[in-house]
Amino acid sequence: MTTDTREPRVDEPSSAPTSLLRDRRRFGDSLFKGVATGSGTLILIILAAVATFLVGLSIPALTAPGDELPYGPFWSWVFPYAAGTVWAAALAMLFAVPVAIGVALFITHFAPRRLAQGLGYIIDLLAAVPSVVFGLWGINVLAPMVQPIYGWLNSTVGSWPVFSLIFGGQVSGTGRTILTVALVLAVMCLPIITAVTREVFLQTPRLHEEASLALGATRWEMIRQAVLPFGTPGLVSACMLGLGRALGETMAVAMVLSPGAGFHFQLLTSSNPNSIAANIALQFPEAFGLGRNQLIASGLVLFVITLIVNMAARAIVARRAEFSGAN
Amino acid sequence: MSKRIEIKDLNIYYGKFHAVKDVNMVIEPRSVTAFIGSSGCGKSTVLRSLNRMHEVIPGAYCEGSVLLDGVDLYDQAVDPVRVRRHVGMVFQRPNPFPTMSIKENVLAGVRLNKARLTRAEGDEIVEKSLKGANLWNEVKDRLDRPGSGLSGGQQQRLCIARAIAVAPDVLLMDEPCSALDPISTLAIEDLIKELKETYTVVIVTHNMQQAARVSDQTAFFNLKEHGKPGELIEIGSTEKIFHNPDQKATEDYITGRFG
Amino acid sequence: MHGTISSAQKPRNILTSAQLPKYTSIAMLVASMAVAFGVLALFESATGLMGVLLGSLIYLVSNYALSASVEGPRKAKDRLALNIVTAFFILALFPLVSVIWGTLSKGIARFDGEFFGSSMRNIVGEGGGAVHAIWGTLIITGLATLISVPIGILTAIFLVEYGGSGKAATLARLIRFLVDVMTGIPSIVAGLFAYTIFSILMGPGTNNGLSGASALSVLMIPTVVRSTEEMLRLVPNELREASYALGVPKYRTIWKIVLPTSIAGIVTGVVLGIARVIGETAPLLVTAGITASMNLNPLANPMATLPVFVYYEYTTPGADPTPYIDRAWSGALTLIIIVMGLNLIGRLIAWKFAPKAGR
Repeated sequence: MTTDTREPRVDEPSSAPTSLLRDRRRFGDSLFKGVATGSGTLILIILAAVATFLVGLSIPALTAPGDELPYGPFWSWVFPYAAGTVWAAALAMLFAVPVAIGVALFITHFAPRRLAQGLGYIIDLLAAVPSVVFGLWGINVLAPMVQPIYGWLNSTVGSWPVFSLIFGGQVSGTGRTILTVALVLAVMCLPIITAVTREVFLQTPRLHEEASLALGATRWEMIRQAVLPFGTPGLVSACMLGLGRALGETMAVAMVLSPGAGFHFQLLTSSNPNSIAANIALQFPEAFGLGRNQLIASGLVLFVITLIVNMAARAIVARRAEFSGAN
Repeated sequence: MSKRIEIKDLNIYYGKFHAVKDVNMVIEPRSVTAFIGSSGCGKSTVLRSLNRMHEVIPGAYCEGSVLLDGVDLYDQAVDPVRVRRHVGMVFQRPNPFPTMSIKENVLAGVRLNKARLTRAEGDEIVEKSLKGANLWNEVKDRLDRPGSGLSGGQQQRLCIARAIAVAPDVLLMDEPCSALDPISTLAIEDLIKELKETYTVVIVTHNMQQAARVSDQTAFFNLKEHGKPGELIEIGSTEKIFHNPDQKATEDYITGRFG
Repeated sequence: MHGTISSAQKPRNILTSAQLPKYTSIAMLVASMAVAFGVLALFESATGLMGVLLGSLIYLVSNYALSASVEGPRKAKDRLALNIVTAFFILALFPLVSVIWGTLSKGIARFDGEFFGSSMRNIVGEGGGAVHAIWGTLIITGLATLISVPIGILTAIFLVEYGGSGKAATLARLIRFLVDVMTGIPSIVAGLFAYTIFSILMGPGTNNGLSGASALSVLMIPTVVRSTEEMLRLVPNELREASYALGVPKYRTIWKIVLPTSIAGIVTGVVLGIARVIGETAPLLVTAGITASMNLNPLANPMATLPVFVYYEYTTPGADPTPYIDRAWSGALTLIIIVMGLNLIGRLIAWKFAPKAGR
């Protein structure tokens, strides 16, 4: 059969003109789709491997009787570390989230337009500082700077009834307390939260901002009415990204914190609850046998904590989906 | 309460760009004034200058004066936030707040000015405003549903309800029907005729039949040439502008012999 | 006429409101700081930091109170918001300036030719450098980027462009869930994971560059997927439909329309992802390990990296700690310069490819 004919019917029994028939461009489509799907599936495999490894190596420590484990019974051993992890991260978020929202609002809605982008880059530079450098900075610069304030806080409000739970105890002379760690963690989360929040705030439809202004809203009222509600889901996911970093951060905690045994809420002492991640980093090199399993099991606990946080955030975002601005 | 607007020697600039030149006009209370003219001739800019919304764009400023019952909106002591509270606005595309329910949308402006609003007061304002916007019967059973779930025409009437809920003196409408189907457009046009019993209405429209149907007075804007500022060519009763305009440019535009 | 005057007076009250003169804020700020430092001077233990904090607090409260009494509560809240937001911005700048200043002033001592010309081979005490660690960091991060970026971007494309319907939607939901899970993997756990896998594959106690790169990839992939997904979603559907309406097939639409529109955001996401992993210390501590010598082969033997180098120099100094600590700070300075350089390159790429349109 000749192929150089100009009659479409020769090649194709269909009566449609050739220009409407499928041609080999579809091959590009299916190839591209296949590669994209493959990448997605690869993530499943990687995560399955991580999960298998984590759970598999944790089981010996979770099932062994408490007196056989080198660090003692698992749950009573891991609890102070888990509590310390959550406590430090929660404090960090307490400092970081309001500041991050403020910075994002300043850049998107308060600063002069011409400066806005440059100011954004400057804050992004914070994300460029590695955690080990924050560790050095925390010990050498921040801790000595805040120590006098700790001393003042401890001596003034440290003996008041409820305040003593937080500001009481023997104040640290070096400033290497869990509060300093929380401040360092807050600084580390700040650029992550700010970067995402800023993008989200910039996406607020102009129409909604103008609708609010036309009703006679001040700039702040416009932000409350149009910008913040629109940005809430994005804000929540930004905070989760930041919280994930704060929970899992290892080196800054390991370097700055002066750890002690057990868990308490006092922020200014020299015997602080350690975090799971920092504890693994400090102990793993010397651990062996069941000790390694026990440390990996504590890693699993940390993983589960971050997972719960993530799921909670997803639930919040999903519940608000009906009222979201996305189409 | 409806108010009289008087524009005197108004010039509007976006940075170095001179957008509108030497506009003078008087808009009587309880009337509908239509702004017509080709795209880019400054009619929307003039409309936005009536509640200082053009200032939202960085670098925009204006010279001259806009008097609302004798008070200059551009006086040093005047607060643009208060101006917008008295001069409401409806936009080209319906823009209910997506995160708020229908009820909350109507009350959005009221809440800004009244810190405490009892439930009964709120319900009363919602019902009155939605009735005023001819929307009450369609939405009274789903006031707590998101406003974004309504049809385009209903959304636009919701925005009108939101604008009149704060009881403004003037209502500005920037091509309020351009994103709507003909039936919704008719509903809005009927509404405009009712609104002028209470408010001073100014509407920008590209649709000349619409201007002829709803307005008492029509203002025609045009550009002398591309890159030059827009100017007010002629203003008069709608009857006169459409049947016996003074200027040839107006007649050409009305009869479609424009450009 | 009598009537017009009275009717002109009445609405003037409606539209105007009392305003504080523009210099009020600056004057109040100066006064607040003066009061704060004056009060603190009475106490002996006061520091400059405390003075600035107290002064800012006094300013915020007094500015709000004055504005509320003169301009009314709504204006006062607006002012308070402006003041707080500005204060937070300045507050956020403080650690940045402090970190950079601290690292520069302490790191410049050993930021010399020898630092970049030699490794730590046969060095005890003074001298030595980090060239081996710099190469290690570049190789390991480069490998991690090569692994993560294609997987991450393609997965994001799958999620956004193909994950909308049918079987793919179920898979997409699962993947999105798992990417969320992956974001939560603590970096030390990723390191332990890679360490164990390579122990199984290549014998116990293996330290090499590739295992470090694998650990970093586990951390980097979710970052890339999430940021890319976010950016792809911001591309309006109208653009895709316009392209389909011109008869452009889907993969070309993605390649020619969707990706170019969002490339700036994607590059920013990738750069932030690199910045996130290049400074990772904990996973490299257990995977790539530390060595004093140059090793350019990622497949065998420990490979030093800058963060681990800094950590070990600082935590395990010799009898005279000064040269070790100086090297640690110089390593930190180098690390910051590399990451900031990368950031700059990323921005330039983003700026070059971004569609030229303002917001």
